[in-house]
Amino acid sequence: MIEIRDIHKKLGNKEVLKGVSLTVNEGETVAILGRSGMGKSVLLKHMVGLMKPDRGQVIVDGIDITRVNRKKLFEIRGLFGFVFQNSALFDSFTVWKNVALPLIEAGYDMETIDRQVKKVLSMVNLEGTENLYPAELSGGMMKRVGIARALVGDPKYLLYDEPTAGLDPVIADRINDQILYLKEYLKKTAVVVTHDLRSALKVSDRIALLADGVIVTCIRKEEIFQVEHPEMRQFLKASGLS
Amino acid sequence: MLDALINLVSEVLELLGGVADLAVKSLKSLRDIKKIPGPLLEQMNNFGVNSVPIVLFTSVFTGMVTAVQIAYQIRDYAPLDLLGAGVAKMVMIELGPVLTALVIAGRMGAGIAAELGTMRVTEQIDALECMAIDPVRYLVLPRILSGIIMVPILTVLAITVAIAGAAFVSNVVVDLDYTTFFQGIKLHFVPKDLYGGLIKSVFFGLIVSLMGSYYGYYARGGATGVGKATTQAVVSSSLLILLVDYVLGVILFGK
Repeated sequence: MIEIRDIHKKLGNKEVLKGVSLTVNEGETVAILGRSGMGKSVLLKHMVGLMKPDRGQVIVDGIDITRVNRKKLFEIRGLFGFVFQNSALFDSFTVWKNVALPLIEAGYDMETIDRQVKKVLSMVNLEGTENLYPAELSGGMMKRVGIARALVGDPKYLLYDEPTAGLDPVIADRINDQILYLKEYLKKTAVVVTHDLRSALKVSDRIALLADGVIVTCIRKEEIFQVEHPEMRQFLKASGLS
Repeated sequence: MLDALINLVSEVLELLGGVADLAVKSLKSLRDIKKIPGPLLEQMNNFGVNSVPIVLFTSVFTGMVTAVQIAYQIRDYAPLDLLGAGVAKMVMIELGPVLTALVIAGRMGAGIAAELGTMRVTEQIDALECMAIDPVRYLVLPRILSGIIMVPILTVLAITVAIAGAAFVSNVVVDLDYTTFFQGIKLHFVPKDLYGGLIKSVFFGLIVSLMGSYYGYYARGGATGVGKATTQAVVSSSLLILLVDYVLGVILFGK
């Protein structure tokens, strides 16, 4: 379980997070919805210890990761797979090496690594791309390689940072299907940061709306039409759902 | 005025603190040195093998022009037999280490800053962190070690080639035969000259790789930030090389 307790974070002169609290239960997928620049990615980075809050706690499986040393933090990070907004693939590595890197560094033997890499690439429908470089991939393929890399270490938690941003609607929908398939097939706990309400509705169990530095509502997706908060009404309207 | 001074001092202290912090983190990550042979060899290839042509070009012309100019300066009051010794000392103590380091600062210092800077702004370094891979150990340490190892090796190559170029020009332009040229070197050779130059080159290798790594690793602000980091890495490395050259010159050869 991931618990965010009263997180505050200032970047420069701007207080991006002003007391965010959120709980992500085992096995569920929570979408964090919000407009651009509202601090969604900042919040996600706190969950894996890439950012440290000015105040508040991030508790992963009972351990406050804001207070652990670097060695322990690295241990806890082993529980996570993180899919970056721009994929963050290593451009000098092939797809195979991009996906295999966490296992190579963990010291697994080559046979195990190759088997696992092929397994996760097939999960994201990228068989046969092992020898390609990121520059040779489309945007959607890069996202899927990013997902494969996040999956390769068999993490307990999957964090997606804007998984459909910058993709055309058809490819974006395929990525949503991919996330949904992994959720149903692997039963992982996941957090999806997005500004795409349709995507959030498709892949998540609950939706948390982040606005003005706080989670203004966190509801089951079926309850979304009952939310009266103006920000949510705007999202519904902009998505053509109200 | 006072504000500007305070800002300048703050920035210098911040820079020194940041560089020292990265150096300490790299030193600590030496504990996992057994995990870096691959990246280290790759960086040694980048730092060393790929820099050979430019180092050869720089040093052969440095040696040749040094021979011509020393001959011009001493011909009225000293025997030309001393030409070889003069060239060798100048190349071993000063020109070999400093010019090699400046060339490497332009080539590899900029390369390291641009590569790490791009990795930073495209979240590749964050991705390493998320995979529980220490980016300092994986990216910075191999670059620093390769700088410390390869710059002295390149300096030895530069010294050798510069002396060969000087011998050739002495023979062709100044009409001094090879035997006299090399006898002069042998007669006045002091091991400290060579060791001193190599000690300098170790420090220069550290400066180039550390400054390149520092500016690249902490780059911010997209393509503009990477460009700025690259410029800062080259400028600061070059200035530090000249500063440290003076300090080490006084320590090693001052008495």
